[in-house]
Amino acid sequence: MKLKTILLSTALGGVAFGVAAQEVTVMSWGGAYTKSQVEAYHKPFTTETGIKVNSVDADNPATPIKAQVEAGNVTVDVADVEYSDAIRLCDEGLLEVIDLSILPPAPDGTPASEDFIEGALSDCAVASIVWSTIYAYNTRNVDGSPTTMADFFDVGKFPGKRGLRKSAKANLEMALMADGVPASGVYALLETDEGVDRAFDKLDTIKNDVVWWEAGAQPPQLLADGEVVMSTAYNGRIFNAAVGEGQPFEVVWDGQILDFDLFVVPRGAPNKEEALKFIAFSTDTQRLADQAAWISYGPARKSSGEKVGLFNDGKTEMAPHMPTAKANLTNALVNNFEFWVDRDAELNERFNAWLAQ
Amino acid sequence: MANITADLTPSKADTRLTTADGKPLKAALAAAQSHAKRRAFFLVLPLLLFILVTFVLPIGQMLHQSMYNPGFTLHQDVISKVKTPIMVNVRNWFDTNPPGSEPDEAAYAALAKDFLLLDELRAAGSVGTRVNYDLSGTRSLFTKTARKADKLEPPYKAALLEVDEKWANPEVWAVMRGASSAYTINFYLAAADLTRDVNGEIASVPDNRALYVKLFIRTLLLSVLITFLTFILAYPVAHLLATLPLRYSNLLMIFVLLPFWTSLLVRTTSWMVLLQSQGVINNALVASGALADDNRIQMMYNQTGTVIAMTHILLPFMILPLYSVMRPINPSYVRAARSLGATSWTAFRRIYFPQTIPGIGAGALLVFILAVGYYITPALVGGADGQLISNLIAFHMTRSLNWSMAAALASILLGGILILYWLYDRLIGIDNLKLG
Repeated sequence: MKLKTILLSTALGGVAFGVAAQEVTVMSWGGAYTKSQVEAYHKPFTTETGIKVNSVDADNPATPIKAQVEAGNVTVDVADVEYSDAIRLCDEGLLEVIDLSILPPAPDGTPASEDFIEGALSDCAVASIVWSTIYAYNTRNVDGSPTTMADFFDVGKFPGKRGLRKSAKANLEMALMADGVPASGVYALLETDEGVDRAFDKLDTIKNDVVWWEAGAQPPQLLADGEVVMSTAYNGRIFNAAVGEGQPFEVVWDGQILDFDLFVVPRGAPNKEEALKFIAFSTDTQRLADQAAWISYGPARKSSGEKVGLFNDGKTEMAPHMPTAKANLTNALVNNFEFWVDRDAELNERFNAWLAQ
Repeated sequence: MANITADLTPSKADTRLTTADGKPLKAALAAAQSHAKRRAFFLVLPLLLFILVTFVLPIGQMLHQSMYNPGFTLHQDVISKVKTPIMVNVRNWFDTNPPGSEPDEAAYAALAKDFLLLDELRAAGSVGTRVNYDLSGTRSLFTKTARKADKLEPPYKAALLEVDEKWANPEVWAVMRGASSAYTINFYLAAADLTRDVNGEIASVPDNRALYVKLFIRTLLLSVLITFLTFILAYPVAHLLATLPLRYSNLLMIFVLLPFWTSLLVRTTSWMVLLQSQGVINNALVASGALADDNRIQMMYNQTGTVIAMTHILLPFMILPLYSVMRPINPSYVRAARSLGATSWTAFRRIYFPQTIPGIGAGALLVFILAVGYYITPALVGGADGQLISNLIAFHMTRSLNWSMAAALASILLGGILILYWLYDRLIGIDNLKLG
């Protein structure tokens, strides 16, 4: 009993302290991406409101949320997650429903609901960026220049190891596109067993040459080390390594897969109010545009587009490096979140079985 | 003499010995002992509680979770912890209609009513997830239907089929019936690469989905291989340490213990630096001309990497028990054998080796059990084919969030190890074990 009292008072003390100190904990994906958020969102937010922002990282911030919420021990106030995860977690009642009226309108007065790109707002989530999975190669280690998704899967033409994310998502779509399926037909085909078989058959052709990665910071590292000659990657990571650090990386936009990253608040977050304040602040027109100066991800608001300018080196124009730039959209696929919410478990199971064969 | 005998064989009325104050001796002894026993119990009570809380309870919970998934029957609000029974009407319909009955309008009406509650509780996702475990591709059926629940109107069958034609699929209904009991062995079936077909019969999954049996076997084989390798490497080292003079052996012991004290992650990543295709070993081989630049050896991100790194990491667990049994072995036994004409091999085989068996048993058991449950090293260096079953458990814990599946896999692993332990006890004897 006594022990319980002590534990309880410590816990309450902790909460009380948290309120007094006014802080918010934001979980994101680490590396260059977290840095862009710290620069564009966290720092100005603290300056303006006095609320301290703690930044923590995970390979995929969606995964710790269920454990934390169900254990009743939520330490994260805001998490940055992919679309399908946001929908899935929201459906399972693990996220706070966000009142979208807290979001500020665009500078010209357009309400937030119209200013955000279609699909960027949902019950529990507010999108901040449009990012994409692309593949990139190290020009030092590749003879010639791959231009299509098929080239990525062609180890005869471009010998060397390939880097792929260790999950079914994106790999299956890319395999089908490499096999000649146009972007518009990919998900319809993946709905069928034949389509899934065809995707795995295509992956089979490079299976022995693949190095699997899990954290977003790994592909630039693998490319720089020469462990792989080409790798799929989040486009912003490659941009920062190439432009920010001068690595000889080239992005191939053919067959890119676009997705949103969204802010969510786990149910029972200790600083919910601050979390909502943080989300409203970070997703206003100016902040979203500011973030683009730190990494090549497109802002989720239409009104931010025209404010996107130069990279923080002061000379690189960001627009052509955005996944949403017109030239990059010739053969692009928009990630179908409904498909993945539904089929994620099944296809990852199959993917694991395939990996172990 | 006769008198004394008579005194010591008391009459039937007075069979019990008594103490000085007349109490039966047996009761007095028991009272005194129970006091001592109670005190002893209080001394071990903290340990007992500790084991109960940190060991027995979690394992019990894990076993329970592996058979219990209330996703279809009970919704618990994560904040208020209020539990609400869900899918009540459909479950009632299942209770009153035998398996295999065609769902009628009453069934669809029950379903529509349940969905109203699901929508209100935001529980459609977890219900859909539960059904999706047994029949993939059905999760969105539940979330989609819940979103439209308040617009459903009779006739419900037509209304639900309007939302999605899958509601007419007998498989969906069969799986819902299966999930309507929170207790299930389906997760164990899945862990053995089995599934249930439409009629609820157990069948094996298609070859391209079979995964777990293969991984269990691989985990077992790799663990045996690693145990064997550590034994081969550790035996001479332990012998050297045990026979050198103390001041040298202490110095050498540091070299065994230093890696032991170093972080697991540091040791694993060091192996990555050494073994990767652009790593130290490959670079050295290429520089020396032994290997062509485009023909580097792949030693990392596969089984080879897992075996090399784990053998190194688990080596101290073999060396230390071996050392502890070798140290006190009297060298004069071997000398005596040699002086009686045994060859050095015979002396080793018949005199020295048998005395080290308790250490081998202990080391092998330690290394094997650690290897079977190893997680972080295979995750980092195993690539695709060097993964062990623990990596799949971690996958279900953190990625797919199917905790019942993770619990079922972990329970099978636990059961397997207990069986091996029992076998070990039968074959070698657990009291023949010397840990140090």
